[in-house]
Amino acid sequence: MSKIPLQFRHNGRDVAIFVDGGTNLLVALRELIGDMTPKFGCGQGGCGTCSVLVDGELHLSCLTLAETVAGRSVETLDGLKQGPNLHPLQRAFADHFAAQCGYCTPGMLMAAKALLDRNPSPSRDEVVEAISGNICRCTGYEPIVNAILAAAGGRISA
Amino acid sequence: MAVTVKTFASASEAAGALSSDRSARYLGGGTLVMRALNEGDVSISTVVRAQDQALTRIDASGPRVVLGAGVTFARVLAERDLAFLHGPARSIGGPAVRNMGTVGGNLFAPSPYGDFTVALLALDATVAVQGGFGTRDIPIEEFLQARDRQAGTLVLSVSCTRPASSEAFRYRKIARIKPKGGAVITLAAHLPVTGGRIAGARIALGSMAPTQIRARAAERALEGRSLDAATIAAAASAASEGTSPSDNALGSAWYRREIVGVHLRRLLSGQE
Repeated sequence: MSKIPLQFRHNGRDVAIFVDGGTNLLVALRELIGDMTPKFGCGQGGCGTCSVLVDGELHLSCLTLAETVAGRSVETLDGLKQGPNLHPLQRAFADHFAAQCGYCTPGMLMAAKALLDRNPSPSRDEVVEAISGNICRCTGYEPIVNAILAAAGGRISA
Repeated sequence: MAVTVKTFASASEAAGALSSDRSARYLGGGTLVMRALNEGDVSISTVVRAQDQALTRIDASGPRVVLGAGVTFARVLAERDLAFLHGPARSIGGPAVRNMGTVGGNLFAPSPYGDFTVALLALDATVAVQGGFGTRDIPIEEFLQARDRQAGTLVLSVSCTRPASSEAFRYRKIARIKPKGGAVITLAAHLPVTGGRIAGARIALGSMAPTQIRARAAERALEGRSLDAATIAAAASAASEGTSPSDNALGSAWYRREIVGVHLRRLLSGQE
């Protein structure tokens, strides 16, 4: 079967790859572009660790047909850091011990970024809602919510 | 296994490709078809897409609301004129699923999914489809009863009449995980009132049968009456009549039958 050419913006850089028909965006990012930050969790849309931003919108890369992002902008966790500096959300996750095993962290950070990009000072409930599609099996939700609120500059209440 | 992806500019071309190939599936938001491909579903060898603006159109200005099949739940939530559908839309997935999942795809979502369709069934929606035979409108109940045979047709849009008031349309999804999770059961009620009496009651249930169904016995208990305690009790006790729920990880068939009346009573009496 012939390969399909695909071009899109990956963390601000133009990339061009060839994909097989039916390839999902997660496989394209990890295996063809070499960006290992989005993780494979369930492949069903249940866990959220493959979350990326497509034109600024939170999407599940494992359920996204790769060729649907042609000409669009895809942001992953790899694009969050600015040179040697961590993104404020990454800093806050480190400071608030928001990563235990760390497997959910890429998706949590992208879900948090999607929230803060459109709502810079969310309430606690809004943060909980924003990460409701992301599962942390260490069940460390409290420090994650606190980290996102801290990054937003919001007050952290119990 | 690689599949062939066919992308068309118009919905009618996509419908043609779907109706001529039994192993073709239409890709909407991806939450069903990509999931099936990730699981290695070999029954799908062709994926059909359409980049037709008409499929993502919302007409919410008048009394009759039309949602293109490709409208996502996030867009429903962003539309102030669709406030009556915000509850059902918000009850689905997390933000990423709402950014991807579509109104048309939800019609095909198997239990414990398909919550939005429960709301549309209570609202007596019409499903516009295009197949090899051309375009036609199907009442949603009829569409759902023949859902297994709809694979060769393309859903273009769904439409329904805006409920008269927020009291007239009610929705409740029972999930074990809040704010997100598959449904144990889902309930929606459309209760138009004429002269203090209910006329044209429609109660729809999700996860109480292989597809979303109407609770006809409960509807009969409500019809022509005022929504008082005795009427609500009668409807609640009839709620499980005609249902055939299954066991799954979220709840047993027995449990679903036990609780459907309880939650219908709460829904009808406006209890949180």
